[in-house]
Amino acid sequence: MPRLEEHCWSRSCASRVESKHFSGGNWVASRAEEMMSIVTTVLSNAYGSLHSVRTANLIRRGLVLFTVGVVLALVLNLLQLQRNVTLFPEEVMATLFSSAWWIPPCCGTAAAVVGLLYPCIDSHLGEPHKFKREWASVMRCIAVFVGINHASAKLHFANNAQLSLTLAALSLGLWWTFDRSRSGFGLGIGTAFLATVITQLLVYNGIYQYTYPDFLYVRSWLPCIFFSGGVTVGNIGRQLAMVSPKGHNVLFQFRHNLDFGH
Amino acid sequence: MTVRERLREKISAAFYRHGLLCASYPVPIILFTSASILACCYPLLRLPLPGTGPVEFTTRVRDYTVPSHEPQGDLGERPDWYRGPPVAYIQQVLVKAAVSPWDSTLVPVDVFRSPLGRVFSLLEEIRNHVHNDGSGVRSLEALCLQVTDLLPGLRRMQTVLPEHGCLLVSPGNYWQNQRELFDSDPDLLKTVHQHEPKGLHTTATLRDLLFGVPVKHTGVSLYSRKRVVTYTITMVLGSYDARFLSSLRARLRQLHPSVNCSLREDQMVHVHFKEEIGMAELIPLVTTYIILFAYIYFSTRKIDMVKSKWGLALAAVVTVLSSLLMSVGLCTLFGLTPTLNGGEIFPYLVVVIGLENVLVLTKSVVSTPVDLEVKLRIAQGLSNESWSIMKNMATELCIILIGYFTLVPAIQEFCLFAVVGLVSDFFLQMFFFTTVLSIDIRRMELADLNRRLPAEAGMPLPKPGPLRPREAPPPPRPSPHTITLQTPAFRNLRLPKRLRVVYFLARTRLAQRFIMVGTVIWIGILAYTDPAGLRTYLAAQVSEQSPLGEGGAGGLPPHLGVAPGFPGPGGDPASTLSVLPAPAEPTPLPENQSQGHHGAPRDVPLQTQAPPLVPQISWGAEDEEGWRKLSFRHWPSLFSYYNITLAKRYISILPVIPVTLHLSPREAIETRHPQDTRHPPPPSLKTNDLPADLTLYKVAALGLAAGVLLVLLLFCLYRVLCSRNYGQNGVAHGRRRRGDLPCDDYGYSPPISEISPLLLRGHSMDIECLASDGMLLASCCLAGQIRVWDAQTGDCLTIIPKHGLRRSSSSGCWEQRDGWDAMGVAEPENLGGGTEPGGGVFDEDEGYPLRRRTTPRPALFENQPDLTPLIDTNFDSQPPSHLLLTPPRDGFDFGGLVERAYLEHEPPSPGLTASYPSSSPLSGPPPQRRRSLGYIQPPVPQGQGTPDWESAVWAMELRGNLIAAGRSSGKLELWDAVEGSLRCSNEDGVSGITALAFLNNRIVAARLDGSLDFFTVDINKPLGLLQYRGPPGRSNMPPSPCYSSEDVISCQLTRSVQCAHQKPITVLRAAAGRVVTGSQDHTVRVYRLEDSCCLFTLQGHSGGITAIYIDQTMVLASGGQDGAICLWDVLTGSRVSHVYGHRGDVTSLVCTTSCVISSGLDDLICIWDRSTGIKLYSIQQEVGCGASLGVISESLLVTGGQGCVSFWDLNFGDLLQTVYLGQSSDGQGVRQLVVLNNAAIVCDFGSELSLVYVPSVLEKLD
Repeated sequence: MPRLEEHCWSRSCASRVESKHFSGGNWVASRAEEMMSIVTTVLSNAYGSLHSVRTANLIRRGLVLFTVGVVLALVLNLLQLQRNVTLFPEEVMATLFSSAWWIPPCCGTAAAVVGLLYPCIDSHLGEPHKFKREWASVMRCIAVFVGINHASAKLHFANNAQLSLTLAALSLGLWWTFDRSRSGFGLGIGTAFLATVITQLLVYNGIYQYTYPDFLYVRSWLPCIFFSGGVTVGNIGRQLAMVSPKGHNVLFQFRHNLDFGH
Repeated sequence: MTVRERLREKISAAFYRHGLLCASYPVPIILFTSASILACCYPLLRLPLPGTGPVEFTTRVRDYTVPSHEPQGDLGERPDWYRGPPVAYIQQVLVKAAVSPWDSTLVPVDVFRSPLGRVFSLLEEIRNHVHNDGSGVRSLEALCLQVTDLLPGLRRMQTVLPEHGCLLVSPGNYWQNQRELFDSDPDLLKTVHQHEPKGLHTTATLRDLLFGVPVKHTGVSLYSRKRVVTYTITMVLGSYDARFLSSLRARLRQLHPSVNCSLREDQMVHVHFKEEIGMAELIPLVTTYIILFAYIYFSTRKIDMVKSKWGLALAAVVTVLSSLLMSVGLCTLFGLTPTLNGGEIFPYLVVVIGLENVLVLTKSVVSTPVDLEVKLRIAQGLSNESWSIMKNMATELCIILIGYFTLVPAIQEFCLFAVVGLVSDFFLQMFFFTTVLSIDIRRMELADLNRRLPAEAGMPLPKPGPLRPREAPPPPRPSPHTITLQTPAFRNLRLPKRLRVVYFLARTRLAQRFIMVGTVIWIGILAYTDPAGLRTYLAAQVSEQSPLGEGGAGGLPPHLGVAPGFPGPGGDPASTLSVLPAPAEPTPLPENQSQGHHGAPRDVPLQTQAPPLVPQISWGAEDEEGWRKLSFRHWPSLFSYYNITLAKRYISILPVIPVTLHLSPREAIETRHPQDTRHPPPPSLKTNDLPADLTLYKVAALGLAAGVLLVLLLFCLYRVLCSRNYGQNGVAHGRRRRGDLPCDDYGYSPPISEISPLLLRGHSMDIECLASDGMLLASCCLAGQIRVWDAQTGDCLTIIPKHGLRRSSSSGCWEQRDGWDAMGVAEPENLGGGTEPGGGVFDEDEGYPLRRRTTPRPALFENQPDLTPLIDTNFDSQPPSHLLLTPPRDGFDFGGLVERAYLEHEPPSPGLTASYPSSSPLSGPPPQRRRSLGYIQPPVPQGQGTPDWESAVWAMELRGNLIAAGRSSGKLELWDAVEGSLRCSNEDGVSGITALAFLNNRIVAARLDGSLDFFTVDINKPLGLLQYRGPPGRSNMPPSPCYSSEDVISCQLTRSVQCAHQKPITVLRAAAGRVVTGSQDHTVRVYRLEDSCCLFTLQGHSGGITAIYIDQTMVLASGGQDGAICLWDVLTGSRVSHVYGHRGDVTSLVCTTSCVISSGLDDLICIWDRSTGIKLYSIQQEVGCGASLGVISESLLVTGGQGCVSFWDLNFGDLLQTVYLGQSSDGQGVRQLVVLNNAAIVCDFGSELSLVYVPSVLEKLD
């Protein structure tokens, strides 16, 4: 963690790095990434080759979630850029993708962690998520999430309180429509809280800023976005976890038996 | 009954009626729906089409005032964007300069060097111009738009574009507006060109910006033919001052009079720019659309079990889209104008409205019973889901209404659209989609009917099934193997991924289409951005007709009489305009004509000469608005360099000030740079054309080269991707005909060695039962003859009965056949008799179970197909043709009928005919004998060891060297397989044994009356002394003990479960110490083998059980007549999964360690994932294929077909090979298929057995 902080500082000195709301979880994310890698190694060592399939599966899911996080970060960042919700130095504006290179990976890692955490918690609580477990629903969830971001960036509200209340209602609606599980709610709240704190810290340290801060240093709708983001990513993670554990490995066992005459 | 329930019932009833209506009148309803969609979309026509092109509005210069911010109602044609001051006023000074007269001593550079040089003096003039009147002194500095820094990304333009001052651009900017730099510049063209961007550019270039006219109009070129240089000095003014501008105009006119200029100066054009969609806005938009498409894809993918999946998916999407259109149309109709960006909110609207209802409807309708009428199915499906649909809709409406009260205009508008969209979507679902669904379901049923008919026609007597009599012994088949392929249309191939990708590309011509689309888009971009080409032309065409278009004057008849020249300098423009009547028509003539009118007459003859010696400077209508020829992004890009956006704002373009410069050759020579003369002298006219042509050739040659390169590249790519040369297979199998190659759709044929089936002949009739323990193979034919074969070599080891008894058995066989014939004849009579309505009723008069015969089929063994569905076990709805007939007591004599049938089928063997009366214990005179129908034996007690030849063998099992045979008389016999001697028999039961299971030393027999008997085979020898023989079988864990012939074997009934099932037992399977029975009564029961205790009764099917699979791992799968497959946990009795896979009965079930394979009456083989119950894929087989399945290894599936067996790759669903058993595939289906543990398969083929070795699998197993 200190290493990363230092890294952030050096970046901020060099080129006034900006950040996006979703990237707020980057510290936790990368710390958890390290933890995850440790856990992965421990797991693979402990279970040995017996469970290599499971580990590979975990890594695959993590990769998918990481990609999703990266793409969402880029896209939603652009949405925020358009409305000058976040301010950055001009150089960043000119070369958006190159200077903020560390944001998408951080978001991706955060997404991977949250997305892996959801099914994990589900299995620990012993209540597998059965509500609307299909890809179409997941897609719908993502679309609504992007829509919430869109609304936060593009709509003109009378005041910030109205905007925040609307977004909070929308986020709760998202959770109720696509999740409806206690663990999902709890984890979403946790994600929102943690990410908001981290964003506050980032802004406090001057790494970037919001145009009209009304909640200490950030916008008050930020927790809602984090919450819905957590729920969305968790939704994806659960779906991935449900699809993956099919035992395809057995299929390849007798693969060579097929070749007649070979 | 609560209100809720009443409501629910009412809704359900309403939906039911509605479904009936929709399914009854599909065409009128669809027409009505389409009409209403069109009607609702009609208001959309009035909406402006979206676009990003600029909009123009023209006002008069004379009475121009800056428009106020407040909208004024009375100005009808004034657009609503024309409010407030513009961003800037653009004043252009259009300079046309030429060196005249042209001298032959001049070099090409002289065409533009000195004219361009004059820009500096002009600039100075403009900058220093001061207008002084009573109100004060005005200069350009005060009026012009002051700009600050350029954008940071444009550092390289810093030297060219002005910063911190007036925005005044001219070609002089190339040289920092300094004459000295210009004079010392050796190569002007190079200076101009070095700022040009490389490659394709879609926005305005710097050259356009500075020159202010399109590149090809500037004349700054070495090959210019007209030798007239045109450029503009563009002033961007922040505020408008009519007097300053007019004085400037007058001043310039005075200095450089344009004699023949007739440009109109009374109109200013306001150009409004729409919001530009930049990359930053496009990416989120594209992302939302990608998510939308993914959503639609994942939703429509779930549509299943319909005739046309794509059609229904399309209908679903059409439903949603047209509901959106309807909502927009309706909102427009009622006066609400959409202010939101439609493209942006559209995906969200689709997602909010959703496809769920449509899918739920489809699923609900599809899952209704298949045998219902289509109308009723639709109605039922609708009413089943009515409550949830209504509930969902109410919830969504509530949520949206809540959104409406956020009081945010955008959200309110969104909600309004969503509400109307939801309602119209509901309307469309109910009318449009339901009707489409009903049409689809009807089509599917028709197709089903067509597919089913030939299958049934293939069996002359569908009900007796395997027991059908044979009219003649099958013809000999001398060389019984050919390898042919199935019709490719029926195959559903799963190829390796790499091949699939390539094939997909090849099939869809994706690359070509992609290139094509790319080209079209590229052309579109060019046409869209090309300032000088199509767009201007189109604009001119449009403006000719529009009264608003300021170029419209061009279309009017030219008023040549009007004085072309404006009054001299010094005049106030206002007064000038007052002198001239308002529409001072310009001369819209082409250049030549206007020249002829105004220019010097001496030019006219020169026009025909090749090089005009005097360059002509002429002013035409096209010069009035030269900026039109520029890219429409010209002004936005100029302003964007200074971070000023023109999006949703407008600029006002003032009429140009024309300046004509005539330079003398002497001046041109004086301003010459020493290096200018290095350029070649002006080429003649003919060579003038050459460079253009050369460019053309160059482009053509380059294009050709690029094409060749591309082809080579693609070829290499192809070689890399398809490294295997598939053509070689064709060479390798050259001796076969092409059609015989088992290649797939793409010409790929897997390498296959020929498999030749070994035919085991000997039976005289169709084979009825088949059993094997790996080493031995026992078969029993309809004649009751049991033959034992060596499974390795195919030798016949034993025949039971032995040859001495041959005759009697043969006679019994004929007798039996006669019995069947008689029964067919007797059928109507029995119908009329009206015997008992259901199974399980005993006839007290007889004291004999008068059950309907439910399973006229052989015993079942592991890995062996269950043929019940083929026989149609639904006897409740059938005429009781299979009743165990008691002899008709009314004395109806079948004799005549039967005799005739009998004689027809009697082989010309007098010996046999003579001998049969003695052979049958019951036989008296032939009619009576025949009436006994073969297996209706009174339970004559027979001593142990006396075989019962007259009753048919219904079930047979083989373990060790003991054959257990269950007969129709209820007798269980144990035969020695090697010696052919009867070891023991048990006659405790009277009802026929329909199925047998032989596990360890226990035999389980399922009887016709639904009872289940457990027998124990006792040997008077300690078990430890038993020799174990051979490798353990695949399916039975404990190896079969080998009973030696010396042992005395006794078979005792240990337990009899009288009412194991309410209805006849159809399937019996035993494995892992469990016995599983499936019955017509929809239940599956699990018994423990040791103590015959019923562990579980598994309920979950909604039809009779037709197939059961259980293996050592205690996984139990069952399939029923309802097409459902259930997976059970035998340890807990819980249902693991429940899937519907087939339309009609599941005929056979096999599991491997990873998947479950099922086949059904619909000729479909489905492969399911065993752990999740997800269908991996399905294979459509030929119509009327057998339903027998076998798994040879984890990945090799074998199915029986019409006279053939097919091998499939389970991993990919590929057909590997089809082995034909006989020469003529005359519909002789393979009904039973047993996989031996040496990777051979045995199947019945009429009266023959076929032993097929699969060599490579054998190697792998070893």
